Amino acid sequence: MRARLAAYVLLAALVLLLPAVAGPFLRYLVLNMLLLALLALSFNLLFGMTGLLSFGQGAFYAGGAYTAALLLRAGVPLLWSILLGAIAAAVLAAVLGAFCVRNTRIYFSMLTLAFGMLVYAVVWKWTSVTGGDDGLIGIPRGRIGLPGPLDVRLDAPVPYYLFAAVLVLLSMAVLHRLSASPLGLSLRAIRENAERAESSGIPVRRTIYIAFVTAGLFAGLSGALLAPLEQTVSPSTAHWTKSAEPVMATLIGGPLSFLGPIVGAVVYLGLKEIIVRFTEYWLLVFGLVLLGTVLAFRGGLLGAAGELLARRRRG
Amino acid sequence: MLFQGLVGLSEAMYLWLVAAGLSLIFGVMRVLNFAHGSLYMLGAYFAWVAFRISGSFWVALVVGPLLVAAAGWVLEFGFLRRVYSAPEAFQLLLTFAFVLILDDAVKLAFGPVYQSPPTPAALSGAVRIGRSILPTYHLFILAVGGLVGLGLWFLLEKTSFGLIVRATAADREMARALGVRSSRLFTGVFVLGAWLAGLGGALSMPVRAISPGMGEFIIIEAFVVVVLGGLGSLRGAFLGAVLIGLLHAYGLLFMPVFELALAYMAMAAVLIVRPWGLFGVREA
Repeated sequence: MRARLAAYVLLAALVLLLPAVAGPFLRYLVLNMLLLALLALSFNLLFGMTGLLSFGQGAFYAGGAYTAALLLRAGVPLLWSILLGAIAAAVLAAVLGAFCVRNTRIYFSMLTLAFGMLVYAVVWKWTSVTGGDDGLIGIPRGRIGLPGPLDVRLDAPVPYYLFAAVLVLLSMAVLHRLSASPLGLSLRAIRENAERAESSGIPVRRTIYIAFVTAGLFAGLSGALLAPLEQTVSPSTAHWTKSAEPVMATLIGGPLSFLGPIVGAVVYLGLKEIIVRFTEYWLLVFGLVLLGTVLAFRGGLLGAAGELLARRRRG
Repeated sequence: MLFQGLVGLSEAMYLWLVAAGLSLIFGVMRVLNFAHGSLYMLGAYFAWVAFRISGSFWVALVVGPLLVAAAGWVLEFGFLRRVYSAPEAFQLLLTFAFVLILDDAVKLAFGPVYQSPPTPAALSGAVRIGRSILPTYHLFILAVGGLVGLGLWFLLEKTSFGLIVRATAADREMARALGVRSSRLFTGVFVLGAWLAGLGGALSMPVRAISPGMGEFIIIEAFVVVVLGGLGSLRGAFLGAVLIGLLHAYGLLFMPVFELALAYMAMAAVLIVRPWGLFGVREA
């Protein structure tokens, strides 16, 4: 346990020290990996823990991104725009969750996809607020919004990288803590047997609802951090192809361990970076990867690694 | 008014064909086929290719859906069959993988441009109804949709195949215990569902633009339809499709700004009152 904690701290330190050694390309790539990892973790809070497959995380991602973008353009300081963006996404999740969580698993996947595309349609059509097809441009980073000498400016890429990385790492710590909390245990009990969980006193629907809203909050945070990074947001953040990214990352890494979605996000974006150099049909490639994963490696990379390790130990 | 309703109804028929297959497959196999919209798209592309080769709309209309049925067979027999024992999320993910694969494969094979589809000569005229003029093709679509509905009703209610399908949908284990070979039945139902989606796609070819993204629009609308009507219920799929078609048609007429949201509002309203859909069966 102590060794694992040390490994986490070491990894976090590496992430924070990266700008000292890496150029802008790698820094940008790693920050994107962190944001996708957070989005995938939010997805896996539902999928890995309860077995509920959400195809609508893009809606909350976009909710966070657009809220943060609008607030920043209105002059609200950075930290508050980001946090309010995440909260707005959680509110959106609280509303949509009331419809999605009432039903069986199949309905859940279908409804999250449908409501996700509703958000996409709204973003696309509501041109006066969201900029429609063009999205919002010229999003400033500016001051962080803390009192006194702490109120630094984050216009330059490296300070913004550090700010975003710290927020993502803190969120990961919270999510990790959450997976071992009573909420996490209840969610796992629901995954294994919802009826038994209900009869042993776990309010199944309410527990899933809480997980849904929490997942929305962190998906929103990921999106909110994207807006000042890119300094633009576009409707594609809400599209189902965006919602598919955390699904694929989680499946590649492995849904059953906490680290799975993080490993998956790194592998997914790393692979994508390589594939797009050869072909524009990278979704086709990932479709094939997903197909292979579902047919042969349902535990993902970490699941396969765990099996290999166990086999070697048995000798 | 009436004219707008007829246009809405004919638009509803594509949706009905897709939703019928989706609902049928779910009812029997308990698999939600995310790739059903992609099969609709394949129907349009295959029919287009068949038209280019044969020069006949009618040949295209027969050959296109049959090719999609063959694709459905490959999907079920070659892939889906292997994950029936896995949790349902993985069956969903498998069909989702095919959405990604088929959408890009079509782009790769035909290019991302919108294909300009041909218009069949015999159906390119128009019919005068009251003071409005309705394209003959719309009436043709209405007739086909109605005929498919009747055909499905006959197949499911009056034939022995239908009896087996209904028995399996009602109680899979009991049907199996009584000697129903479910693996063959699953293949048959999936192929039939794929054929229905392919027919919808092939029919849409002359009037709607063919593009690689056409599958994703219709699958989401089909989801709304089956949520409205009840997943697994063909009657629900038909009425759901008609309702969505009319909502679109009259929404466009009276409140164009909200037109897009109307279908979702109807879905949300049904979910609040009857979460299992208008004609669905309440699940424990």
